[in-house]
Amino acid sequence: MKIVALNGLLGYGYSEEALNIAFSEKVDYIGVDAGSTDPGPYYLGSGKSFTDRGAVKRDLSLALPKALEHKAPFIIGTAGGAGSSEHVEWLKEILLEIAKEKNLHFKLGTVLSDVSTEYVLEKFDSGKLIDMSSEFSANKSTIKESARIVSQIGIAPIIELLKKDVDIIVCGRACDTAIYAAPCIYEGYKHGLAFHMAKIMECGAMCSEPVAAADVMQAYMYDDCFELRPANPIRKCTVDRVAAHTLYEQSNPYLIFEPDGVCDLTNSRFEQIDERTVRVSGSVFHEAEEKTLKIEGVRCAGYRTISPATIYDPKTIENFDFITDAVTEFVKENTKKTMSDDSYKIFFKTSGGKESSMGVIIDVVGKTQEIADTVCALVRSRMLHCDYEGRKSTAGNLAFPFSPSDIHVGEVYEFSVFHLAKVDSLMETAEIMIEEV
Amino acid sequence: MKKLIDYTKILRSKNAGPLFITFDLIFNTKEDMEYVEQRLKKSDISRAYGVSEEKIDIISYGVVNSIKITFPRKNISGSLADNDIYGCQQHIPLANIII
Repeated sequence: MKIVALNGLLGYGYSEEALNIAFSEKVDYIGVDAGSTDPGPYYLGSGKSFTDRGAVKRDLSLALPKALEHKAPFIIGTAGGAGSSEHVEWLKEILLEIAKEKNLHFKLGTVLSDVSTEYVLEKFDSGKLIDMSSEFSANKSTIKESARIVSQIGIAPIIELLKKDVDIIVCGRACDTAIYAAPCIYEGYKHGLAFHMAKIMECGAMCSEPVAAADVMQAYMYDDCFELRPANPIRKCTVDRVAAHTLYEQSNPYLIFEPDGVCDLTNSRFEQIDERTVRVSGSVFHEAEEKTLKIEGVRCAGYRTISPATIYDPKTIENFDFITDAVTEFVKENTKKTMSDDSYKIFFKTSGGKESSMGVIIDVVGKTQEIADTVCALVRSRMLHCDYEGRKSTAGNLAFPFSPSDIHVGEVYEFSVFHLAKVDSLMETAEIMIEEV
Repeated sequence: MKKLIDYTKILRSKNAGPLFITFDLIFNTKEDMEYVEQRLKKSDISRAYGVSEEKIDIISYGVVNSIKITFPRKNISGSLADNDIYGCQQHIPLANIII
């Protein structure tokens, strides 16, 4: 069985020639990961995508006709970058636009994976919400403040849709591996090989040389191994690249944790079978007794205004801590009648400083945009003119690269939930829909 | 006295999800990997990053002559005080540890 990964992230681009090569032989399934938490909590909170609409449309519009022509189900994971129902809508709209333009018809399956605050609170109260990090404990009040919460679905909902003969599957938040492992497991391949293959494929041609997330990757599944070969003839898979891939963004190179259990690579073998192809075998899967789903939620932490500047005077840099303390005190004093202390937070985000110059971003997060604007303006003006002992450069302490100097960043989100939830069924957060396009 | 980075082919940091930071040290030879493996102390990493020793995981991955170090982020990705959303510029204190 042949499975194709369009690239490492929908909207990052790929070579059209590589796609044509991949589809010059029979393709059984094609997938693409369309999201990540890497760019931070903002995108889940705002409902926006960190990928560009035009680039996403380009990537989809070349691949969609090929997938339909080959009757290869096309599985898209974590639609819209963060995978909430709003992000799924965004991606579906692009799909429908392409379908209309190219006169394409297909059976479209969708998996939504949003969860409510009540769902998470119920897990918390029943002791079924597990902390992943000692530095980030579950907390009832932050759960309640969540603006959006999603669950990372595994293979189960995708398999449900494959059973119903859909052509395209658009998933909300999904494990990256589920995109590629689900069709293999549905077709009866071993879990260990399916998940290991999926872990490598979800990054596109990252496991090849020259390395590229932005290109097409191919996997061939067999009963006791799988083989990887990049579609683009300029790239090759090497044992080192493929083996090293499980280091990337993983906390443990031997174990890949999944909702269903853990994929164990301790006895995996990697073989170079020709110049561009690597064969992998020996990866096994241990089913978990207790199934879990990762839950991701964000809360609005306020509104941000920033002012970037540079300090070149070594004497000013030397007095930096004195200046920032004085400025903070000044702001407190000046706003005591108009706003409470806890209605804003001031951060000085610096770089460099010891040698020639120091970059500083005055970063203010307020309960409202107005508060953030007011505080940032006070900090900026006070910091510009703040006196210190031995000061000779009395005209100003900061070099501003821009006018206006202050930038409205808008709403700020922080992760409010990032935990594992023990579940009775791996379908319990999934909402499946099928429609004819 | 050589710094840790001088023994490595690749030395990088990256989020392993928003709650953890992970470091990959990839060596040219098995000998380099073992040399560092025997001498790199959790106490050095603890001092370099202000993280307690029991929270630091060190795993050798001999398949590609590499060592992986992971610990929880104090400021999780995207929190107000965070300075590196992707976590990909956190490797320098590790790189400078004297082996």
